[in-house]
Amino acid sequence: PYAQAPLNKALSTEEPQTDYKALTSYNNFYEFGTDKSDPKRYASAMETEPWSVKVSGAVEKAGTYSFDDLITPSDLESRIYRLRCVEGWSMVVPWIGIPLHKIIRRLQPTSKARYVQFETLANRKMMRGLRFPVLDWPYKEGLRMDEALHPLTLLATGLYDAPLPNQNGAPLRLVIPWKYGFKSIKSIVAIRFTEKQPVTSWNQFAPSEYGFYANVNPEVRHPRWSQATERRIGDFRRRDSLMFNGYAEEVAGLYSGMDLRTYF
Amino acid sequence: MTTAQIRIFGKPILFFMLSLPALWLTVQWALYFSGEPNGLGINPQEISNRFSGRWTLRMLILALAVSPFAALINKPWPLMFRRMVGLFAFFYVTVHLGSYLGLDLALDFSALWRDIMERVYILFGVGAFLCLLPLAATSTKGWIKRLGAPRWKALHRLVYMAGLLAALHFLFLVKGNRLEPKIYAAIIAALLLWRLYRSLGSGPIKFGDSHLL
Repeated sequence: PYAQAPLNKALSTEEPQTDYKALTSYNNFYEFGTDKSDPKRYASAMETEPWSVKVSGAVEKAGTYSFDDLITPSDLESRIYRLRCVEGWSMVVPWIGIPLHKIIRRLQPTSKARYVQFETLANRKMMRGLRFPVLDWPYKEGLRMDEALHPLTLLATGLYDAPLPNQNGAPLRLVIPWKYGFKSIKSIVAIRFTEKQPVTSWNQFAPSEYGFYANVNPEVRHPRWSQATERRIGDFRRRDSLMFNGYAEEVAGLYSGMDLRTYF
Repeated sequence: MTTAQIRIFGKPILFFMLSLPALWLTVQWALYFSGEPNGLGINPQEISNRFSGRWTLRMLILALAVSPFAALINKPWPLMFRRMVGLFAFFYVTVHLGSYLGLDLALDFSALWRDIMERVYILFGVGAFLCLLPLAATSTKGWIKRLGAPRWKALHRLVYMAGLLAALHFLFLVKGNRLEPKIYAAIIAALLLWRLYRSLGSGPIKFGDSHLL
């Protein structure tokens, strides 16, 4: 089904795509180690079959779902998105996946569900990076419901016409192209619908540096990296970073009336 | 071995060994710019900054370790190499700065200024460089004479500040709870505390017999 997934042209960028080798050998996936080359080296220890996702909280269809329960192959589509890491580098990635809203609608969140929280697998036997508390494992991320339902938000299962390699977050991960990469949580094993804003890992670790929203914003400075510029992998020089990573037209409305310096 | 032998053989060997990381980095960038496969990976500037930064820290640690090591073995000969190691620390911090400013920022000085103003770890890094600069400039015997030994010695205590700032630079750079910068910081702290301990107690190192190696 991956090679046949139709390209969603309206939501895809036409910029040159980052090499498959770069996409799969330069990863932040701290469960396998903090070096960019660690995930490729060690992620093969993660078993992704069978895979199940626990759905809980303010939702009608709570329960444990297998990968096949969630992912209907005929729903898969291809989308080419920019990916901007908070560390000041960026890539252009041809993802394959299902828009998250399709899956959320099937799960039928209740009227109390205002946020969604996601959790990454934390298996000490398969993930050597868990031996050191870089973060408070398991890794958690979250979105406001309208962000989760936005047409750009993708539950990705593939990359370049093939299923996701483990280092990229197999078998299923989130992709939110207007936010810093750490929001796009990998290897998801739990989805929780909540009334209150859920805990997210980087925000919990350093709330002054990593906000809950973490929208790409060149005007909000960061104590470690310039957010005004970024290096597109493969380029020698940096380029200017764009508001909402260039997706302002699509998503700016989600935040109208909010001070993005406060809610960064 | 005599002092003269250590000087004649030891210095060139040490010089060669301490040059190797810089040599490697130069070769990799040369390969990169000629479009050849190289060891700089997917994000060459990042690798280059990190590599030169780590080696700066290692050289600084080595330079700070010379005196405690001489005291430990109760022999003066290690002190012969201290200036060279210190100059290598300055050399690597220059390579590091060159990598960051020349290759990463592509000589965008307004970006450098923003980095200094907005990112405290850059401020620490620049501070460490500025501490080492006058030490490298006054590293010759002529300068010891010109300044007088006590003043020269006092000036060269700036290396402690450089070590402290370099450790902070690395600690404040990483994201997440990471072990590596803490290890470097712990080693530097130990080497500085040793000096504090000595200055409170026994004073300058006295060797049992300075002629014996």
